[in-house]
Amino acid sequence: MNFRAVRAIYLFEMARTWRTVLQSIVSPVISTSLYFVVFGAAIGSRITSIEGVSYGTFIVPGLVMLSVLTQSISNASFGIYFPKFTGTIYELLSAPVSYVEVVLGYVGAAATKSILLGLIILATAGLFVPLHILHPWWMLTFLVLTAVTFSLFGFIIGIWADGFEKLQAIPLLVVTPLTFLGGSFYSVSMLPSGWRTVTLLNPVVYLISGFRWSFYEISDVSVGWSIGVTCMFLVICMFVVWWIFKTGYKLKN
Amino acid sequence: MSPIISVSNLTKSYASGFTALKGIDLDINRGEIFALLGPNGAGKTTMISIICGIANATSGKVTVDGHDIARDYRAARSLIGLVPQELHTDAFESVWATVSFSRGLFGKPKNPALIEKILKDLSLWDKKDNKIITLSGGMKRRVMIAKALSHEPQILFLDEPTAGVDVELRKGMWEVVRTLRAAGVTVILTTHYIEEAEEMADRIGVINKGEIILIEEKTKLMEQLGKKQLKLYLQGKVTEIPASLAHYNLELAADGHQLIYSYDTKSERTGITSLLGDLRESGIRFSDLDTTQSSLEDIFVSLVRK
Repeated sequence: MNFRAVRAIYLFEMARTWRTVLQSIVSPVISTSLYFVVFGAAIGSRITSIEGVSYGTFIVPGLVMLSVLTQSISNASFGIYFPKFTGTIYELLSAPVSYVEVVLGYVGAAATKSILLGLIILATAGLFVPLHILHPWWMLTFLVLTAVTFSLFGFIIGIWADGFEKLQAIPLLVVTPLTFLGGSFYSVSMLPSGWRTVTLLNPVVYLISGFRWSFYEISDVSVGWSIGVTCMFLVICMFVVWWIFKTGYKLKN
Repeated sequence: MSPIISVSNLTKSYASGFTALKGIDLDINRGEIFALLGPNGAGKTTMISIICGIANATSGKVTVDGHDIARDYRAARSLIGLVPQELHTDAFESVWATVSFSRGLFGKPKNPALIEKILKDLSLWDKKDNKIITLSGGMKRRVMIAKALSHEPQILFLDEPTAGVDVELRKGMWEVVRTLRAAGVTVILTTHYIEEAEEMADRIGVINKGEIILIEEKTKLMEQLGKKQLKLYLQGKVTEIPASLAHYNLELAADGHQLIYSYDTKSERTGITSLLGDLRESGIRFSDLDTTQSSLEDIFVSLVRK
């Protein structure tokens, strides 16, 4: 194991984060705050409560997940796409590093960044609504698991993309709709029964449901299912990354 | 001594059907400076990319110091420093950070003193805190050389290292290469400046259309092919070479207004004196003469044209 290489990649990527702190930390915090103002205060005041929790409080886990998901994907995809775009990837390919080390470096940095971001947003939410977390360790587990899984997913997109348009396409066209329809702003039980069934095909529902359970012990699906589906997605992403490096897909012509 | 790089029957073809390398066999000796010459698209960069791990070979085998580049990629790659042809740099990083990153990536412990020495040798020390985007093209090129040297490679690949670099910097760069060679580093370079290969290289390989068409010690190459020519500008037109001059193997040129005599400078008798005497006897007069020695460039051009 070339730990020095993992460290070098990780620190290099983290340095990029501090360089672009406005874009990577400040802007998601501002947009999340806006959600609180619009949904929590303006609209939420007209909604009484969901399963005994005030609406403003109810949307906190969903909003954190929303940011963690999208930021994990965009961090990781950009992190590996950029060297491909500028050509500096030559160095990574010619270095004595295995794909496990490359993934640890890039995905580790992207996940770290989005976990930090998730915690910052959680703290920000605490300024708007009273927060209570019933299962803090489960909360952290879900946070880390989601950040790692979707950073891996972003890594795959970054390797697959051969232009900035493709890089944006999956997050915009697939991930954002899935997250908005994943129960960030509502409980699945509020939907008509037909739509409720369709919703269960959305993997994001399981993430948000499990994460919300760790806060308030209310969930749309059982916690076991939440963990199971997340881990399954993680394994699929790991397999795809393994295949990419085995074949050199889009990395080595 | 066993070769430090051994390439055997290496091929590379693309899905489009284009074959970039057609069964390359090549041994690079330990500690030499090897110049790889070839026209654009000949396969130089493709071959370097495969040896360094950037591209996959279609078939064939490459070993670096005995390590197979596919099976023992860690051992093989950690010996190699690569300076690619294109200027690929992290625009927003500082020179110091990017060079230190390369050392870490290759698994070497931090060594600020070494990085400082490399940057000083390449006249980059006063730019160490500058972002790369602010540097000139020649400086970026040197940053890439510094990155390749940061992990103390035994083998250095320089793909067109002096393209777009001014004369003074180029000389400085060759000074660095000479120092490396003195320290036992093997250097493989591709260049378009043939006079550079002529000046620097120990051995020269010529590649064309995916095939190695020549590998030779530079001095032998110059001897073998480095014939000298005597050109005589005639006063009148000669339609036929007189039979008395047949054994000189003269060539008529410029529509009978020039005679060309090829001779070997290394032989004891060049035959020039007797040729000039015989010419006078046969009544051929000339107004001027000059002699030329073929350069590596002429040899290269004639090889590639074949």
